[in-house]
Amino acid sequence: MTVADRPLRGGLDAEEARRIRAQRIERVGRWLFPLLIMAAAIWLWDRICVWNEIPHYILPRPYLVVQTLWTDAALLFGSLLTTLRITFLGLLLAVVGGVGLAVLFTQSKWVEMSFFPFAVVLQVTPIVAIFPLINIYVGNQTAKLLLCAWIVAFFPILSNTTLGLNSVDRNLIDLFKLNRASRWQQLWHLRLPAAMPYFLGGLKIAGGLSLIGAVVAEFVAGASGQSSGLASRIIEAGYRLNAPRLFAALILISVTGILIFLVLSLVSHLALRRWHESALKQEG
Amino acid sequence: MLQTAASQASGTGRGDDPLLVLHSVGKTFSTGVTALSGVNLAIGEGDFVSLLGPSGCGKSTALRLIAGLATPTAGHIAWQGAGFSGRSNVGFVFQEPTLMPWSSVFDNVWLPLRLRGVSREKAAPAVRQMLDRVHLSGFERAVPRELSGGMKMRVSIARALVTKPSLLLMDEPFAALDEITRFKLNADLLELWEQERFTTIFVTHSVFESVFLSTRIVVMAARPGRVFDEIAVDAPFPRDEAFRTSPEYAALCRRVSGVLAAAMEGVAHDGR
Repeated sequence: MTVADRPLRGGLDAEEARRIRAQRIERVGRWLFPLLIMAAAIWLWDRICVWNEIPHYILPRPYLVVQTLWTDAALLFGSLLTTLRITFLGLLLAVVGGVGLAVLFTQSKWVEMSFFPFAVVLQVTPIVAIFPLINIYVGNQTAKLLLCAWIVAFFPILSNTTLGLNSVDRNLIDLFKLNRASRWQQLWHLRLPAAMPYFLGGLKIAGGLSLIGAVVAEFVAGASGQSSGLASRIIEAGYRLNAPRLFAALILISVTGILIFLVLSLVSHLALRRWHESALKQEG
Repeated sequence: MLQTAASQASGTGRGDDPLLVLHSVGKTFSTGVTALSGVNLAIGEGDFVSLLGPSGCGKSTALRLIAGLATPTAGHIAWQGAGFSGRSNVGFVFQEPTLMPWSSVFDNVWLPLRLRGVSREKAAPAVRQMLDRVHLSGFERAVPRELSGGMKMRVSIARALVTKPSLLLMDEPFAALDEITRFKLNADLLELWEQERFTTIFVTHSVFESVFLSTRIVVMAARPGRVFDEIAVDAPFPRDEAFRTSPEYAALCRRVSGVLAAAMEGVAHDGR
């Protein structure tokens, strides 16, 4: 009798028992380790401030940032709301525009060939470089920011959805043809559901980009001084050497970005969990 | 001229009134490859015809031409007889189950009716009956990934038959399944066919499968794809597992294998 086939607790052999143990450690570790590293980093930050006697207007200690988050809450969260509004409206427009254009592209190869290059041009030109033009041509402040967020966010949705609408099983298309399905039926019952995983992948990217677009736009526009989003709070705090508020605003933006990503990941998981490989639990 | 071709082709057909006739049909692709050339074939009403041949003999192309998914470069396909409604009602079973992974089993089978404007409520009795006939009752709400390969293929067959097509086309439907599952599906398909006698064209590369299922076997040769010979399978129905082990079955298989070997040798001769 070798070691390997000696019965262990619960009738598991050594290898299976090891695997279960490894899984348990991984489940806990996935949350624990990043949190530990985060805590260590914050502690180190605090110590650096103390050891080097860095003044709070250069690098505030963590507790001061948290305190500012609390004392300036009204100001900061009001600004966050403004930024969020631009972000979500921009994302909404990106979804409508991206999916709409993608559907148009799949209806006609000519439209796709003619217009796709323009979408690429919009994507590769840095938004910061385009913004001065938008600033000249668009009067309304909200419209300016929305346009920026939209330009940044719509491309991943457009390119992913186009890819998805075109990656349909050829045999299923034949089946639809055999049953004399109309273009509309083919789109609604076949292409759109097949494109769903691709679209949701694009949406996850676009959510973060929309926030970046909203913040960057406000940064560039902020110089003209009429906006009140988080970006203008950061610029303002920078001018006044109010580092704690600067950090607080920065943390709010990061946390918002993380939340947007998590929410969109959840939406994607819920939408695909019954059928798509990406949402299935890995076995073994 | 055409009539001669048709009557020649229908020589081994069962019915006097064939459902469809291929008149010297040929297909050459834009790449210059000739997939089919001079195919004359009559499919009788209620026939179960197997197209048997090596890969590259144009079996699948023939099926796509009949389905109307491609158009012949030469000759034409005539639909006749009672099923003149023809192409609008063709059931197709692909090599892969080709189900919509996001839809339930019920929705997948409902699809052909849905595309014809039949509501879920109106379609439900037909869909449920069809699922029952392929032994999948109780799986209505399952999604394809929860099913085994054989079960997926059953869904695919149910979907093809739910519209009560005048012609069922099957393109090597069981090729990817293990042998035990394949035998079971062979028997079940035959049972369905015996109940309704829907005209079937079944593409396969298995001699044993074609003999077990068919009333007629059309052996094809490659380069260019053409009809090499036709063999009537006279064994009576119902055919069950006992038929698989009968001397009659063995003799038929031997004969068909011989014709297939000759068809493939013909390729070698042409190649030289």
